[in-house]
Amino acid sequence: MHELGIATSILETVRTEAEKHAGTRPARVGVRIGEIAAVNPEALRFAFEALTRETDLERLALEIEICPLRFQCKACQGVFEVKDFAPACPRCGAEQTECVGGDELEIAYLEVEDEPRSARTQSAE
Amino acid sequence: MNRVPLERKVLSENDRIAGELRDRFRVHGVLCLNLISSPGSGKTTLLERTLEGFDQNDRVAVLTGDIQTDNDAARLQRYGFPVKQITTGGTCHLDARMIERALADWPLENLDLLLIENVGNLVCPASYDLGEAAKIVLLSVTEGEDKPLKYPSIFFKSALLVVTKIDLLPYVPFDLAAAEANARHVHPKIDIVKVSCTAGAGMPDWRDWLDKRRAQTPAEHVTPRG
Repeated sequence: MHELGIATSILETVRTEAEKHAGTRPARVGVRIGEIAAVNPEALRFAFEALTRETDLERLALEIEICPLRFQCKACQGVFEVKDFAPACPRCGAEQTECVGGDELEIAYLEVEDEPRSARTQSAE
Repeated sequence: MNRVPLERKVLSENDRIAGELRDRFRVHGVLCLNLISSPGSGKTTLLERTLEGFDQNDRVAVLTGDIQTDNDAARLQRYGFPVKQITTGGTCHLDARMIERALADWPLENLDLLLIENVGNLVCPASYDLGEAAKIVLLSVTEGEDKPLKYPSIFFKSALLVVTKIDLLPYVPFDLAAAEANARHVHPKIDIVKVSCTAGAGMPDWRDWLDKRRAQTPAEHVTPRG
């Protein structure tokens, strides 16, 4: 259920960033969600669509990248994707590993496109 | 089309406040613990029995979160320690700003232990850092032993699993060994204690865990105590 709040935060960032790029409008926002971030991508998409429908951001696309759980081996320093929570390093077998990824909840990028001339004239009036 | 890299955390504002709270807790030597579970797993009852075991020299306080009502605060206030209810009005988790607001008129130098009872929910509270030293997840034996596999995030992020209501084990088809194995499958280093708040079984183990963590939390500026 907290996906609604997360979508709201994403749209706030989009609006703040969009103000810095005059003459353009936000077209696509890229978001990274870690496997263990406790955020449901479908619920986030639903909230995002509900919050943008019939607003100035109606045409904004949401791109979600899912980031797998990743550990780093303290012995060989190798970083590996964790399958089924098995913590040992698949390369050297060491048990001493630490979590270095999979908890992401990040806005990676915003794509802006030139505003159509008619829209620009309208907004100037 | 022009791509602007942002590389920004969605909850950066929450994380910023949580970081400030964590600094304040460290300076004052306050151990802050964030208790998370499904509704009805026994967070409030565990806190009641815990407060009952402290004496008035223990510098303990509780923040308790719910969507509506101050029933939990009323239950917890009976033990003579500072208790404050946070009513979220619909939000399914506590966030760092709610904690910051609730602590505004509580001098942290008077505290050693702050127990936060999150809103009953096994999913959303996992995403919100409250500045705590550790998350604690509760699982009651009337739930399924596969909960750690169904909701891995919170078990992965918690330092301790408290299995509650173990006095009911003879009456429910709950496989305790499987529950522990499932929790350790997701998080091999998780500590586990098993308690019955009504019969008292396991409560010394929980208190030992708390006392060990409290002993590891010295204040950076030791204030003289009268």
